[in-house]
Amino acid sequence: MTAPASPTKVRGETILSVDNLVKHFPITQGVLFRKQTGAVKAVDGVSFELRRGETLGVVGESGCGKSTLARLLMRLETPTAGRARLEGRDLFKASGSELRRLRRNMQMVMQDPYTSLNPRMTVGDIIGEPFDIHPEAAPKGSKRRRVQELLDVVGLNPEHVNRYPHQFSGGQRQRIGIARALALRPEIIVCDEPVSALDVSIQAQVINLLEQLQDEFGLSYIFIAHDLSVVRHISDRVAVMYLGKIVEIGTEQEIYERATHPYTQALLSAVPVPDPEARADRNIIRLTGDVPSPADPPSGCRFRTRCWKAQEVCATQEPHAVLRAADPHPSACHFAEVRPA
Amino acid sequence: MTQPTVVPTPASPTPPGGHLLEVRDLHVEFRTREGVAKVINGVSYHLDPGESLAVLGESGSGKSVTAQAIMGILDTPPAHVRSGQILYRGRDLLTQSEEQRRQVRGKEIAMIFQDALSALNPVFPVGWQIGETLRQREGMSRADARRRAAELMDLVKIPAAAKRLGDYPHQFSGGMRQRVMIAVALALNPKVLIADEPTTALDVTVQAQIMDLLAELRRDLDMAMILITHDLGVVAGVADRIAVMYAGRIVEHADVRPLYRAPAHPYTKGLLESIPRLDVRGQALSTIKGLPPNLMRIPSGCPFHPRCPYAQQVCVDEVPHDLVLGDGRTSACHFAQEVRDDSAR
Repeated sequence: MTAPASPTKVRGETILSVDNLVKHFPITQGVLFRKQTGAVKAVDGVSFELRRGETLGVVGESGCGKSTLARLLMRLETPTAGRARLEGRDLFKASGSELRRLRRNMQMVMQDPYTSLNPRMTVGDIIGEPFDIHPEAAPKGSKRRRVQELLDVVGLNPEHVNRYPHQFSGGQRQRIGIARALALRPEIIVCDEPVSALDVSIQAQVINLLEQLQDEFGLSYIFIAHDLSVVRHISDRVAVMYLGKIVEIGTEQEIYERATHPYTQALLSAVPVPDPEARADRNIIRLTGDVPSPADPPSGCRFRTRCWKAQEVCATQEPHAVLRAADPHPSACHFAEVRPA
Repeated sequence: MTQPTVVPTPASPTPPGGHLLEVRDLHVEFRTREGVAKVINGVSYHLDPGESLAVLGESGSGKSVTAQAIMGILDTPPAHVRSGQILYRGRDLLTQSEEQRRQVRGKEIAMIFQDALSALNPVFPVGWQIGETLRQREGMSRADARRRAAELMDLVKIPAAAKRLGDYPHQFSGGMRQRVMIAVALALNPKVLIADEPTTALDVTVQAQIMDLLAELRRDLDMAMILITHDLGVVAGVADRIAVMYAGRIVEHADVRPLYRAPAHPYTKGLLESIPRLDVRGQALSTIKGLPPNLMRIPSGCPFHPRCPYAQQVCVDEVPHDLVLGDGRTSACHFAQEVRDDSAR
């Protein structure tokens, strides 16, 4: 078994850096002569760094671009602009054998365990498929043993290699998806809403599994979810997205205890807390309206149409995610401040 | 297997006129080619005017099927109501004719669904859909129905309601669509509103708006509400009482505060402990081991026993009955007292 060759593996060093990533989906009109009439700005200038061994949570509401971000990083979409460096190489310029090598190092767990597994393949074939694509990852003849090891690692019975996905429950299927992602011993796993399709009692089992695997294999996670409680539980650092941009990024404590962006504050206060007594003395911010269309985002600050702090300057000048005086972590708000408890 | 008669839920004393809505010992099964799935196994709950009851459970627990049985919209076959009663103002809905049930549906008991996009008809404007019940059931003229539809859209706080009557469902956002569906449900002034996972498909900020709206409407219109959900967080904010379901049974039934303070059923306790909390940062989550049972092969005795840390031999042998714990709480667990004392610690 060859671990990805990297002589110096220092926990905490930057493993992936994303710089000003942009993805615009064209809106076209006309049948014969298609012309572009606009663009959905799904991801519009996202920069962040992922460090070795850490979990970066990405939260935001539907349409904020978090899943597109995941697809871009997996090179399932081609970015409109921007760069991402993995192991010091440009992820979006790589092709051929170099791309295959980079892909080995970054794998994905999908949201829906029902549609992300081929119903006509056995579990053994599903988990073993990465070895067919990357034969160098498993010496000849060792594939079956590797698959059984992987099943064992994710807490499934290794004797079930010949079963089909429909013979497993939702939580077990998600374990199969995780085993497939682990097969090539990647250093980074992108998890796109890995637990949101699961029931509460099963969700906790999968979260614990992900945490245990991280400790065991030193994995770095990009953990995309809309559930703020789950993200807080699993993440070391958190990025909050709104309409294609990161509005605030910081450590789990900076975001959850000292958030300075009004959107983060509103999002946090809207989360239902499962405690009727704690709820009474919570100071809840109610946002009005819906998220604007990413095809036609507001000028200046994109959150200003729903923001209670919005002023003239918010419409004319776009705030950048820079360190703010209120608390030393990047926040994209002209009026960033910590909300009094 | 015949079970001893189950005592109707004693969570609160029966008022002199009887409860507004009462489900008594309901049994529903799905007869499929693979076998018979026992989906509801003796569910009893009740609702009084203006009250809010949350029915909490995971997928397959039977929470939605119970609601569909109340509404009379079960798909039969495969569903089959084996026994039980559903009393609305003292009359059993299950023995009524389809025409009599139609009079209850919408006018007395209305329902909203999780997925507003598929619940609304994509080819008709929303104003027309809200007015449809008014024209059909109240015999209103088109103009009157349209006027009333605008009022209803205003009631559910859709901005510029009168201008949006002619818009189609796809022109509304998810939250606004849910509001349209609430307007449809409210058209005939129902006394009971059943909300089946009304905010599950919505984002948190919009979810909060819809839950606020439902709470406000319930207060202003003096409606009783059954909120069906899997989300322990949502329940904590809006319900007066909670019925927790597992494998087609109600395992715990209590007022909201005592239940969250000290759950008295191992399943409720496990659920509460397995959700990550935003306000409490802990270590590894505690989990409920194993999986929910296959409804075609429900375990003997207490259906939760294979997953339960409290399980003893008695749990395998005997179905636990609702144990009344005082302050109107019941728990279907042989060790309810013990579980509650552990939780309170």
